[in-house]
Amino acid sequence: MTETARRLQEDDKTTRRQVGATLASPAVAMPGPNAPVWDDAANERERRQARIRQVATRGVLYVTATFFALFAALPFAWMILTVFKQNTDLYDPNRNPVLFNDPPTLGNITFLFERTEYATFARNTLVVAVLVVLVTLIGAVPAAYSLSRLAGRWGEGLGIAIFLVYLVPPTLLFIPLSRVVADLGLRNTWWAMVLVYPTFTIPFCTWLLMGFFKSIPRDIEEQAMIDGYSRLGAIWRTVLPVSVPGLLTVVVFSFALTMHEFVYALAFVTSSHQKTISIGVTTELIRGDVFFWQSLMAAAAIVAIPIALLYNLFLDRFIAGFTLGAVKG
Amino acid sequence: MSVSARADAAALPETRQGRYWLDRESVLGPVLLLPAVIYIVALVGIPLVLAVMYSLSDVTVGDQSIDFVGLQNFRDALDSSTFRTALKNTFVFTIVSQMIVLVLANILALVLSADFKGKRLVRFLVLLPWTTPIALGVLGWLWTLDNVYSPIDYLLRQVGLLGVGSPLGSDWFGTNALWLAYPDRAQFSVLFVHVWRTLPLATVILLAGLTAIPQDVKDAANVDGAGFFRQVFAIRIPLLLPIMAVAVLYGIVFTFTDMTVVYILTRGGPVDSTQVLASWAYFKGIEGGSLGQGAAIALFLFPVLVGVAAMMLRIAKRAETV
Amino acid sequence: MAVVEVRELSKRFDGVAAVDGIDLASTDGEFLVLLGPSGCGKTTLLRMIGGLEPPTDGDILIGGRVVTNLPPRARQIAMVFQSYALYPHMTVYNNIAFPLKAAKLPKAEQTRRVAWAAGILGIEGFLDRKPRQLSGGQRQRVALARALVREPTVFLLDEPLSNLDAQRRASARDELQGFQRRVGTTTIYVTHDQVEAMGMGDRIAVMEQGRIRQVGTPHEIYDEPADTFVATFLGSPPMNLIPDAASGELLGFRPEHFIPWEAGMGNDWVRFPYHVHRTEYLGAERLLYGEVGEAKAVARFPANSDINTEIGSTTDYAVRRNDLKRFHPETGLRLDRPTNGRQP
Repeated sequence: MTETARRLQEDDKTTRRQVGATLASPAVAMPGPNAPVWDDAANERERRQARIRQVATRGVLYVTATFFALFAALPFAWMILTVFKQNTDLYDPNRNPVLFNDPPTLGNITFLFERTEYATFARNTLVVAVLVVLVTLIGAVPAAYSLSRLAGRWGEGLGIAIFLVYLVPPTLLFIPLSRVVADLGLRNTWWAMVLVYPTFTIPFCTWLLMGFFKSIPRDIEEQAMIDGYSRLGAIWRTVLPVSVPGLLTVVVFSFALTMHEFVYALAFVTSSHQKTISIGVTTELIRGDVFFWQSLMAAAAIVAIPIALLYNLFLDRFIAGFTLGAVKG
Repeated sequence: MSVSARADAAALPETRQGRYWLDRESVLGPVLLLPAVIYIVALVGIPLVLAVMYSLSDVTVGDQSIDFVGLQNFRDALDSSTFRTALKNTFVFTIVSQMIVLVLANILALVLSADFKGKRLVRFLVLLPWTTPIALGVLGWLWTLDNVYSPIDYLLRQVGLLGVGSPLGSDWFGTNALWLAYPDRAQFSVLFVHVWRTLPLATVILLAGLTAIPQDVKDAANVDGAGFFRQVFAIRIPLLLPIMAVAVLYGIVFTFTDMTVVYILTRGGPVDSTQVLASWAYFKGIEGGSLGQGAAIALFLFPVLVGVAAMMLRIAKRAETV
Repeated sequence: MAVVEVRELSKRFDGVAAVDGIDLASTDGEFLVLLGPSGCGKTTLLRMIGGLEPPTDGDILIGGRVVTNLPPRARQIAMVFQSYALYPHMTVYNNIAFPLKAAKLPKAEQTRRVAWAAGILGIEGFLDRKPRQLSGGQRQRVALARALVREPTVFLLDEPLSNLDAQRRASARDELQGFQRRVGTTTIYVTHDQVEAMGMGDRIAVMEQGRIRQVGTPHEIYDEPADTFVATFLGSPPMNLIPDAASGELLGFRPEHFIPWEAGMGNDWVRFPYHVHRTEYLGAERLLYGEVGEAKAVARFPANSDINTEIGSTTDYAVRRNDLKRFHPETGLRLDRPTNGRQP
């Protein structure tokens, strides 16, 4: 606890110092409140202590950052090492797992694509994701516009209500929905996912887009209406082109959520050729005691890395949605 | 005079406005909202009602007719010791993991709010658990915690914590820790993976809150001579409180309702010791085929969700009025 | 070209009247200014005329046609917003051509009309640029070109000069008025700036709290204010208002009509004892601040005039009887007005 607190303190001082340094030009060491300004020796002591503190701060900062990075990335590191290992190297508990004791191989990736249904899973995932994105846009864009522009005072409240639907978990609904899916004749097809996934993508994306539309000045669409377009025409020709970054965020988020979903897919789809990556890899490629660990890890890493890169690009916008307006600016 | 003006206007030919009905805000607003609302009502609202009906009936995969049996499903659930374990686990996993996440996320957010070389890389790595599809991330852990080939075990063996004569006690004398094979270690593993996977979102939410504290507030506190602890407790924590609440609420929802971690890591085992409500509902309802039982078990998630939703609503409402 | 007319027009937001039963009509080709402090309802009135705000009550007529419930596109109007509302994702050319595309004009005709409008406003040089690459003045001209290009029956302008700096504003006033005179389109112009109103308007409608206080030419509004609000809203410094002990009325007079007794001195002059306590030198003119009795009063002279009133002294000042306006002390209404400026 005290260790943590000290670390926090150090970090805080660093930030403060840097801000100060960028604002005020010369980095003059300020005498502490108790140090008389004419005491050169005390000044010198202060300065030396400040320097030591600064070095210590940087040290603690890097150690903490490294610790968290390792903590988060550990399974991924092991994943990526595994992908390129040969069987003889991997399945020997006495060999150092961090090293390539045998030369690395690409054979596991070839195996994944040629000897398993991974390519089918990937194709299904892509098709489902694209369709989910489309349904999400059709549902969320008009709803967000309506709530942010046309609904007046109750728009915000209704928007939050819709957002809360995003928090309704699949584990609460998968049993009744499996019946709905069966009644619609979609059991055991990826169409079931196309139907059900928008129930969580539409709420979140509506909320995300509401924030985005609110930041677009009304003048532009009003001007378009003055210039002779209907309101729908004005939305199409001015609001949407200006909202491209927001729409892109929604596309990426729906896409990512589709890749993430596991429970509905598990509950609705049992034939392997209809499965998406999330369930295909975890149910079809793990068969009894025969684990193709290298190929399994390749299957996971191939998906994880691109999605992570996409998320990072749109992170700030996602977070703006998640914080519910509790963060200003 | 004004009366005659009105009469005048009435007599004038008013251009037909019929074809402009979609331009009226009072019409267009609901029309645009309709697709989303229909979707949500049809595929969230109705299933929710259906879930309640199922939970009160004896419906199974084999017999889809809904015959009401009162609270029998709930009584059966409560009678089962597995259910009680699942209920306890769900709460323990959620509460403990989110307490740890709150502490770690605060530290990590502070680290990421500082400037240092390689920060982008650190941020990328730290976010990985959140950005990766849960099932695949947990798959990574399944392999990392493997009974035989776990690299963690290798490391522990190298430093002498694992194997005969381990200072940790006779439980650690084997060549492998068997992270997923002993009940207590399996529970620890599940808890650990939950912390791992919910930490990034909490961190970035806190980070957003941290960077939004106006610089002039910090400056004013500095000028006023507030020490570090005064600053943390008098300024940072009160200002960050709503955002911390938001961060924790997401963590609660995502941990409380999750079945993926348990399903992939342990299948609820060994001997149902890591079962949670969501996974137990799945095993009963989908794999076991008793839809009524499964629905009843899943409905135990509902009160907590309502509580979380209510708190989120309060925070959002307050944010709106500020 | 068309006459714009509103009849008993009201707009209430949550029961609060932003526009409160206004009757007003422009004449054909007129430059009509809606002037008032912020929150007086002038922009709401303009937006209702434009079709952007549905009225709660009353009617709007453009060219004799009731358009009250019609959307903007059915009204044949053009509007320039305070922000200019240029489409950020389009080039200047496409911004100007946008209304023509809405009207589905043939491509060649669009090109011709855009060239014509750009020529009038002198912006042919940057048709390929995006709005963010333009200066404030250039943006304004693009917005005007876009308003002009489809030859609307009415221009609605919402404080189009407020985003310009003070220097640029004077020349923009000149350009704008010259432009309106050239195209001769009925223009309704909203501003809170009396200099713009006085300088450009054929007539000014002074608004306060959702109502029109007075409509008239700049001369009428300035010289014959209908009430104390108009009297004190226009003119800088505003009209002095002195309670008259004898009649119980308020006497109003402009600072420039308030001069030392010796300088005027005649039968048609009314005398006031004026206590001066401060003077301001403003370059071209000089202001004296002081009191007549209990009431504050300001006097204004050209800076080069040889009037030399001592600070702290009480001197006799005077106003020509014709320049004295009489107001009701409670209602503020003018008591001696030759014509009733309240008419629509």
